[in-house]
Amino acid sequence: MSLRSPFGRVKGLGAAHEGVHHWWAQRLSALALIPLTVWFVVSLVSLSGADYATVRAWMGSPVVAGLLILLIVTVFYHAALGLQVVIEDYVHTEATKIAALLAVKAAAAVLALSGVLAVLDVLFGA
Amino acid sequence: MVARSRPLSPHLQIYRPQLTSVLSITHRLSGVALTLGTLLLVYWLVAVAAGPQAYEAATGFIGSWFGRLLLFGWSLALFYHLCNGIRHLFWDMGIGLDLPSVYRSGYAVLAGSVALTLASWIAGYGVMGGN
Repeated sequence: MSLRSPFGRVKGLGAAHEGVHHWWAQRLSALALIPLTVWFVVSLVSLSGADYATVRAWMGSPVVAGLLILLIVTVFYHAALGLQVVIEDYVHTEATKIAALLAVKAAAAVLALSGVLAVLDVLFGA
Repeated sequence: MVARSRPLSPHLQIYRPQLTSVLSITHRLSGVALTLGTLLLVYWLVAVAAGPQAYEAATGFIGSWFGRLLLFGWSLALFYHLCNGIRHLFWDMGIGLDLPSVYRSGYAVLAGSVALTLASWIAGYGVMGGN
């Protein structure tokens, strides 16, 4: 006999009340980051020692700017999901845990926005 | 109340470190380190947007011995997290979960991340012409 209520079973979210969303989001963002990071590292290597004009021209091309924005958003989404698990594993005081989780989410949002705005500024700033 | 020395369940330091456990915690550590490394990434992006002086300052820092050390650590952490992350994705599909495969893929991840890091730095110095 199952002790779970019929309503709980229908919702299908399990004991954590959020189902597999976090797990699935972490895997999908990881998958997206494989090609994006490989592209970024190859780009950085080829830009080694490049002067300002070269780097700015590189960042200002639409394809590069688009890939950079995809990379930035996915990186900070993936990082926030990862740090969330670390905090949930090691911080056991409820108030501290919630504060840390909110701080991580806020920092990720601010940093991602800074990066995206920087890329857009270069893309549209001539 | 008198503290009694009752038996405790084994702590982490009781166990001998094994490839499996060491690679597992290294995945987490490299993830946290990479998150800290994003500060450098955002600083670099903002510096490009801010103009030549800001970019000069950023590359001055990144090009210093300390900056290069950070960048080297960042690249090693990145390649490790990338290789071991792919290993995790295979596990999530139910592939390679038997012990011999876990050890084989573990050594492959170690060799792969070191090789990719060295290859990137050799290529980077090659692009710069040895500076």
